Amino acid sequence: MWTSPGKLRDKGIIGMNRRNIRYIGRYNNRRLYPLVDDKLKTKLLAQEYGITTPALIGTVTTQFGVKQLDAMLHGHRGFVIKPAKGSGGKGILVIEHVEDGAYVKPSGARLGLGDLERHVSNILSGLYSLGGSPDVAVIEALINFDERLSEYTYEGVPDIRVIVFKGYPVMAMMRLSTAASDGKANLHQGAVGVGLDIATGTAIRGVQFDRTRHDHPDTGHELASLHIPDWRTLLLLAAGCYEMTGLGYLGTDMVLDRDLGPMLLELNARPGLAIQMANGEGLRNRLDLIERQPEGVAPEARVAFAQQHFARRSELETSAEVATVTEPG
Amino acid sequence: MSRLPFYLLVGLLLVAGIGLSVHRHVALEVPWTPGEQRQVWEVEALVNFNAQGGPVLVDMALPSNQQGFRLLTEHTASPGFGLSFLEEGGARRAQWSIREATGSQQLYYTTQLLVAPDSRPPEVTPPPLRRDIVWERPHDTAAAQVIERAWSRSADSFTFARELIRDFGDERQGENSRLLLTQFERGPLLVRLLNQAGVPAREVSGLLLEDGRRRQTLANWVQVFDGERWALFDPATGEQGRPDNLLLWESSGQAVLEVQGGTNSRVTFSMLTHNQPAAAAVRNQLAEDTLLNFSIHSLPLEEQALFQTILLIPIGALVVVILRVLVGIKTSGTFMPVLIALAFIQTTLITGLVGFLLIVAVGLVIRNYLSYLNLLLVARVTAVIITVIAIISLFSVLSYRFGLNAGLTITFFPMIILSWTIERMSILWEEEGPKQVLIQGGGSLLTAVIAYLAMNNPWVRHITFNFLGVQMILMALILLLGNYTGYRLLELRRFKPVTED
Repeated sequence: MWTSPGKLRDKGIIGMNRRNIRYIGRYNNRRLYPLVDDKLKTKLLAQEYGITTPALIGTVTTQFGVKQLDAMLHGHRGFVIKPAKGSGGKGILVIEHVEDGAYVKPSGARLGLGDLERHVSNILSGLYSLGGSPDVAVIEALINFDERLSEYTYEGVPDIRVIVFKGYPVMAMMRLSTAASDGKANLHQGAVGVGLDIATGTAIRGVQFDRTRHDHPDTGHELASLHIPDWRTLLLLAAGCYEMTGLGYLGTDMVLDRDLGPMLLELNARPGLAIQMANGEGLRNRLDLIERQPEGVAPEARVAFAQQHFARRSELETSAEVATVTEPG
Repeated sequence: MSRLPFYLLVGLLLVAGIGLSVHRHVALEVPWTPGEQRQVWEVEALVNFNAQGGPVLVDMALPSNQQGFRLLTEHTASPGFGLSFLEEGGARRAQWSIREATGSQQLYYTTQLLVAPDSRPPEVTPPPLRRDIVWERPHDTAAAQVIERAWSRSADSFTFARELIRDFGDERQGENSRLLLTQFERGPLLVRLLNQAGVPAREVSGLLLEDGRRRQTLANWVQVFDGERWALFDPATGEQGRPDNLLLWESSGQAVLEVQGGTNSRVTFSMLTHNQPAAAAVRNQLAEDTLLNFSIHSLPLEEQALFQTILLIPIGALVVVILRVLVGIKTSGTFMPVLIALAFIQTTLITGLVGFLLIVAVGLVIRNYLSYLNLLLVARVTAVIITVIAIISLFSVLSYRFGLNAGLTITFFPMIILSWTIERMSILWEEEGPKQVLIQGGGSLLTAVIAYLAMNNPWVRHITFNFLGVQMILMALILLLGNYTGYRLLELRRFKPVTED
């Protein structure tokens, strides 16, 4: 049931306290937090730096504006309503499609316009924001997600978390939503985390609720064959977020769009530690290596460095059907 | 990036905190534990005199802090008289004055004295040597011979004084001594002779403390100086040393009582002793107005009671810091458990737990209904606040009707904090399900109970209230904890699967 601190140290596991003091406290300037804590700001900044993000449908900034929600949503099939300053996936409402005036969640639950308006109103009054300060509701288009990955997820869109340290992608995992996580891709809500090899973008191992898994709990599809297309582009996109925000220890959440390829969904200045579980490896050694690297290296060189040094072999048993997902082109 | 200034600060806080606490323990006799008993003497001086119809001025010596005793409180009862306390050269005196008084008058002075065997004696300056001593014939030769005789048999001031007093004792009384005693009183005579021989000395007045004695008078002692040191001598026997139960009432060689405008004046003493808890004895201590003795005890009683609670909050906060940083327990609202623990102190633990669970449970049900009304957040939380107040009122009335007086203490809960707790738990329930509510609610409650146990501990209460230096130590501890980069206890379980391959 318990392990010893010594064993964790040998594995290079980083604890909450160390993350907070040694990495977030040291490399993330508090002045820069608003850039990532406000998803609207992140989005606008990303557009400036040429980093692709999901299309913005609109924003609601006043309680009065809630009444215009119906008009704003008109004609859109699927969309996501999220608080600009939310944290930990709180307050994110995913509507997969609209059916006879009812808004259908990925789980199949149907909501009325009233429910949506209440949700937006709650967002505006700061229910989901850090510190309860008044907030803005951001509505963006639902991603047309890459069907090659559909076997690995249940409802919602799987996203890829890459930890970027001083601009180097150090560790990555894919988060697959499950029935337990209500279509959301947050590990503590029950999503499956799959550690990804930085060199190739293939699965290393999977965990759900901090316990090892070899298949998806809902679709039953084994995880060994998971391979992310456009992997290098995705890493470049993630690495570029360092120049964009200036934050040294950053969690980037990416999604794969069928047509547009990798996209930046949101950034996190306090990324969680579950990625170590998904990779079966601590962050410590990789972060130590990066700390010894000089400043001012271009993103391409940083990605190449990471791909060279952080290569791993899969721990999952590869079954008969190898690599159902292939690189396009 | 150097951490040196940080550790210097922590070290400074620790040294200052421990130093202040030890100073209070050593210098002011504040005990480390609340249970210790201390002996306290209550001494009452009664001044009697007949006023002659004109203005009256009564001037009486008062005791001060001295070896073995520390002054706690003093009171006077003197209807119609003006009163002022004077202090000059280390001697304290009380002056009563009245414009017109006739007949028998009584003035009372009561003081409480803490028996403090370890207290250091205050600095005593030797009186100046009197050079103006003249004797009439034939006393001059008698005095010279007595001094000569004692001098030859002594080695220093103290032995000289002892030999001199013995020569006036009954057994060895010679002709010279008898001659001198016909003219002078024993005490002043001894001081005269000692001064003439170049030994500074004076007559002081002391009270021998014996439990339950009434109508006692002061006894005279001869205080003899030898450089820095001094010693007391019994003028009758020549015995050297100060009895443990001797309270020096007047020790600067002045008169104990001076009355102008009155006759037949005398002062008598009654005394009582009792034991009381050390903490109470400390509380009665007269606040000395120095920065080092800075203490909450100099505030009025009501504010003291308030501070007793306020000074406990850092303890509760320390518990929260430990549980979050070292253990990794999740709570709903960082310091909410401390406020709940403060409420538990008022309600007692079981009543508090039942009350808390009742309020939160009923609040959650009502909040669930409110969520259907589609209200703005602030309005909704306000509605929850009113609901919480209604629940508290209802429970108070119900428990009172059923004869459960403990239920009335439910009003001590911080209502706004409870409302926010309900709101947060409700959101948590909607978003992450009842399991998270149980984890965070349970974590908060566990933290609150541990914080309560820590804050309600009699020893902790005693220490935080009596030693302000402890706050600095707590500050240093919290700074150190804020620097801890190791694993949390619960992480040892969380990350266990990683270490299993």
